[in-house]
Amino acid sequence: MRQSPTDGGRLDVLGRMPRLRRVVLSRAFQPVLMLLLLAPFALAVVAGLLGTSAGNRNFGIVFVWIVWWAVLMVLLVPGLGRVWCTVCPIPAPGEWIQRRGIIGGVAKLRTLGLRWPRRLRNMWVQNAGFLMLALFSTIILTRPSVSAAVIVGLTGTAVGMSLLFEKRTFCKYVCPIGGFIGLYSMVAPIELRVRDAQVCVDHRSKDCITGNENGYGCPWMIYPGKLDRNLDCGFCTECLKTCTMDNVVINLRRPGTDLGKPVSAKRIDEAFKALIMLACSIIYPAVLFGPWATVKEWAGIESFGGWLIYAAAFLTATLVFMPGLFWLAVSRGQKRSCSGLTIRQAFNEYAHALIPLGLASWIAFSVGFALTNGSYALAAISDPLGWGWNLFGTREAGWTPYLSGTAPAIQAAILLGGLIFSVRTSLRIGFRHDPSGTTTMQATAPVAAFLLACTLILLRLYLG
Amino acid sequence: MTENPKRPVVARRATLLLVVLAILLVPIPALHTTGSRDIVIDASQYEYSPSRLNINRGDTVNVTLAASDVVHGFYLDGYEIDARIEPGISQQFTFTADRSGKFRYRCSVACGPLHPFMIGELVVGPNEPVLRASVLAVVAVAAILLGARKRRSA
Repeated sequence: MRQSPTDGGRLDVLGRMPRLRRVVLSRAFQPVLMLLLLAPFALAVVAGLLGTSAGNRNFGIVFVWIVWWAVLMVLLVPGLGRVWCTVCPIPAPGEWIQRRGIIGGVAKLRTLGLRWPRRLRNMWVQNAGFLMLALFSTIILTRPSVSAAVIVGLTGTAVGMSLLFEKRTFCKYVCPIGGFIGLYSMVAPIELRVRDAQVCVDHRSKDCITGNENGYGCPWMIYPGKLDRNLDCGFCTECLKTCTMDNVVINLRRPGTDLGKPVSAKRIDEAFKALIMLACSIIYPAVLFGPWATVKEWAGIESFGGWLIYAAAFLTATLVFMPGLFWLAVSRGQKRSCSGLTIRQAFNEYAHALIPLGLASWIAFSVGFALTNGSYALAAISDPLGWGWNLFGTREAGWTPYLSGTAPAIQAAILLGGLIFSVRTSLRIGFRHDPSGTTTMQATAPVAAFLLACTLILLRLYLG
Repeated sequence: MTENPKRPVVARRATLLLVVLAILLVPIPALHTTGSRDIVIDASQYEYSPSRLNINRGDTVNVTLAASDVVHGFYLDGYEIDARIEPGISQQFTFTADRSGKFRYRCSVACGPLHPFMIGELVVGPNEPVLRASVLAVVAVAAILLGARKRRSA
């Protein structure tokens, strides 16, 4: 049975927009977008390495950590899910070397084709990578050369891994940015799915895996017929091109549809990703926007001893304190519940309830940072290296914070929206395990209390 | 005559809306007297001293700014007050704290790598925004949980 454009509360976007469909099905679609974005990222690296050391005048800092970050966290991830991974230029050079071409290329990839170790086929490497970046984030955000080194390092790692490992192993298992984009893309109102899984089962040639003249086999090593969460899909659109059964669609859907689906007891890495991201979204505004100069100096490695204290506190908060409190909340709920879940299973499942609040918290952080510092973009675009150029006549544009009086109210509204979304998600998880609802409240209330406590801390940081 | 089954839902939503409006709009009485406050703020890389100030809504605030190392700025969010502070030359201005809440003051003249994060906090009490938002958060969670329980029992 074919899915109609509005089947199951979903809307087949490309079915409604044939022109967009033609564009997406073109083999040039992804490479051209990557090429377009490669240019500003290359300029960001050049500016970081050769330009002024004043971060607020350097394109490398302003473009990446103010403009790109705000667009990513405020618009792309909540609105379009993993669409950044579609256009991300970081893996582009490695992929083009693998394919020996930019558009099209050859079917046999130039790579040793090693398989990523089974024990690492999870989010732990991404979690570790993100924590490493987060520990040094204050200097990454303020030192152009360090910021450039991070971009070069990520691109170099992607190229190296594409020569050694099959397809997009870097994106799927290593990229610290792709990890949290994947997690939060589960909230987005957009998905790539098959219309009818049975069509995939019956289809012998499985072009979505092997590839054909229209596109590559899934670079993310996924069988689209079993895809049921945005977390696993890189949104590269190759399966849309290769499917000879016209069975792959991009749907608009209710936000958060992926949340609360069953999670394997083994996927504690996913739960930790959600907890690390939420913890960091609390630590960042405290450290960067708070009035505590000593903590900022520690985070900015003004003294090595101070940074060690900061690093120890940061890692304890993200890997011990936050997960410990959440474990206590979940276990307290499960003791009074009749769901039959183990604590570990419940920990993994209820961690999905942290995702909307975590995303809201990052949006609130990014909105505040972009409104305050966004005006630096005007000067940086005219004089990207800080060498005195005036390409667009805006070099002398001064620093102007936007909406400084109303930003806290906007942030509070975003946080409250995230809290409501999260509590409703926790209830959905509770009712799935106890359809009669007899002990759902007992299981959910401690998780809701945890979410409320996080929100109150965030409100205190932004407004208190 | 049969009762409209949607009536309890509509009534609950109307009640919730009223509660939300009350939380957002009911005035919070100030339990203090207003007066004149003299504040001296010293700016140095990358901090203000004092880094957090508490005053009352309606206070007339006389601010003296000084810089102890390089040139700094002082921008007060919400009040849009901007000043440049050069070492050895103090700046003075006066304003009336007519808006309650937390307002960050931040450096508006690039002063080094951590310049974007050179921030202090002025709290004008009673801090209505944080009180209202916190109560709203508690009410929202309670309403969702109670609503779900009622739906189950229905």
